[in-house]
Amino acid sequence: MLTRVPRIAPSEITPPEVYFSRRTLLAGALASMASASLPAVEGAPPAQSALGYRRNPQYSVSEPPNRLEDIAGYNNFYEFGTDKESPSRYAHTLRTRPWSVTVQGEAEVRGSFNLEDLLKGQALEERIYRFRCVEAWSLVVPWVGFPLSDLLARFKPTSNAKYVEFTTLYDPAQMPGQRSGVLNWPYVEGLRIDEAMHPLTLMVVGLYGRVLPNQDGAPLRLIVPWKYGFKSIKSIVQIRFSARQPNTAWNVAAPQEYGFYANVNPQVDHPRWSQASERRIGAPFLAARQPTLPFNGYAAQVASLYQGMDLRRYF
Amino acid sequence: MNLTQRYRYLYKPLVFVAGVAPLAWMVCGALQLFGASLGADPVKKLEHECGKTALNFLMLTLTVTPVRELAGLPQLLRLRRMLGLFAFFYAVVHFTVYLVLDLELNFRLLGADIVKRPYITIGFSALLLLLPLALTSTNGMMRRLGRRWHSLHRLIYPIAALALWHFYWQVKRDVREPLLYVGMLALLLAYRLLRWRARGAARAVPAMGPAARLTSRSGSATAPERT
Repeated sequence: MLTRVPRIAPSEITPPEVYFSRRTLLAGALASMASASLPAVEGAPPAQSALGYRRNPQYSVSEPPNRLEDIAGYNNFYEFGTDKESPSRYAHTLRTRPWSVTVQGEAEVRGSFNLEDLLKGQALEERIYRFRCVEAWSLVVPWVGFPLSDLLARFKPTSNAKYVEFTTLYDPAQMPGQRSGVLNWPYVEGLRIDEAMHPLTLMVVGLYGRVLPNQDGAPLRLIVPWKYGFKSIKSIVQIRFSARQPNTAWNVAAPQEYGFYANVNPQVDHPRWSQASERRIGAPFLAARQPTLPFNGYAAQVASLYQGMDLRRYF
Repeated sequence: MNLTQRYRYLYKPLVFVAGVAPLAWMVCGALQLFGASLGADPVKKLEHECGKTALNFLMLTLTVTPVRELAGLPQLLRLRRMLGLFAFFYAVVHFTVYLVLDLELNFRLLGADIVKRPYITIGFSALLLLLPLALTSTNGMMRRLGRRWHSLHRLIYPIAALALWHFYWQVKRDVREPLLYVGMLALLLAYRLLRWRARGAARAVPAMGPAARLTSRSGSATAPERT
């Protein structure tokens, strides 16, 4: 399970450099078209620069990773619209520099930190994780990031810190989807502190060896691979340690459908659809549906976190 | 060209082309022709596009009566059968895509979905109810069923309500689009309700005369054309 055996020839995958340069070319073409009629071009996506990282073979899966086109073209990021294609189309308005993260609550080190400062000296690694959306589709993604525990430890959480709450940027000018009332803005997610400190829990800054595309949650996002995708909050501007369970966006929007834990569980269906199986994006026709694994295949590592808990009740 | 010829050689073929166009676009998308694309999840895209196209034709079918009455174009009725049949056609393709491409012919999953998922139960009922309407859409069946044809084809109203319920219920959170359709259906049904009441009033008080009627009943309002 922990070794990666690519099933599709590497030649079939668009090299990320080609993909990114295509986007840059396209952006350039759009920019030059737009500049003919508009005084200024706002938010033309910058070329995604390469990151220094090492591959961590301990965290990989046997399935082949999805193409970058799928990972960066099929997103739920309601801040840029509710269609899967909207984020890739509109997220260029997000300004990821300068970026700061505010740390609050039950920790000794609090305050506002520049992202550059937070990342300084932080070793980055690539991990290939499964990604399972609550809507019953899935991806395999080569993320670049570092354990969340590395970051949280620096803020010295106190013994009162039982939960960690994350908040996405709120700025309807950059995130036009926030003008609609689809969810309560800003988007908030949270983890129990032991979940947050678990070695699988990743702070992500990149994808396929390069800086995250905006639609994938640049410049800083969470990845909790054993939970449904909505737990993996994007474009984080605030981290708060607290004694009480945070009120998280989807849980507030529809508590009977989206629990706080949201662990991937084929036994517990969404009230309106089955979670027993999923369709892998990018898989060939008639070979995409596969059974969903408990904790998205990470049960051996994380099931012990929930020992004695009724997972039907705490879904 | 007289009216009949214009419908036969011009309007009906045009409606047919418009009806086939969404399918042609989806086929191009599946084969990546002419720059069409179904995106990262072509199965979901096909499923949703077929479902929505079926709904669009259902709404158009229900729009024929108000438009022909309000605009005084009774001949529009000649296009209604084709619109209704396209609604049925896309509903069948929608279901086929769901069964073959989405569930990958896993009939155990299909059974579980129909029994356990209310939105699928509802959608499936709407499709089953459409079947007798499609089968009785021929001239021969209309003649044979006579009055009963009308009673049977009033099923289109509950079918439309079920189809929209199905749409509304499967949306994760952003219900604006299904609500738009609900609004359209409400208008279309309200028109019929008002007309029915106006007719009732006109019948109860004949002295009020035709002026009290909402609708223009000129044209050839023979029995099979009334809805």
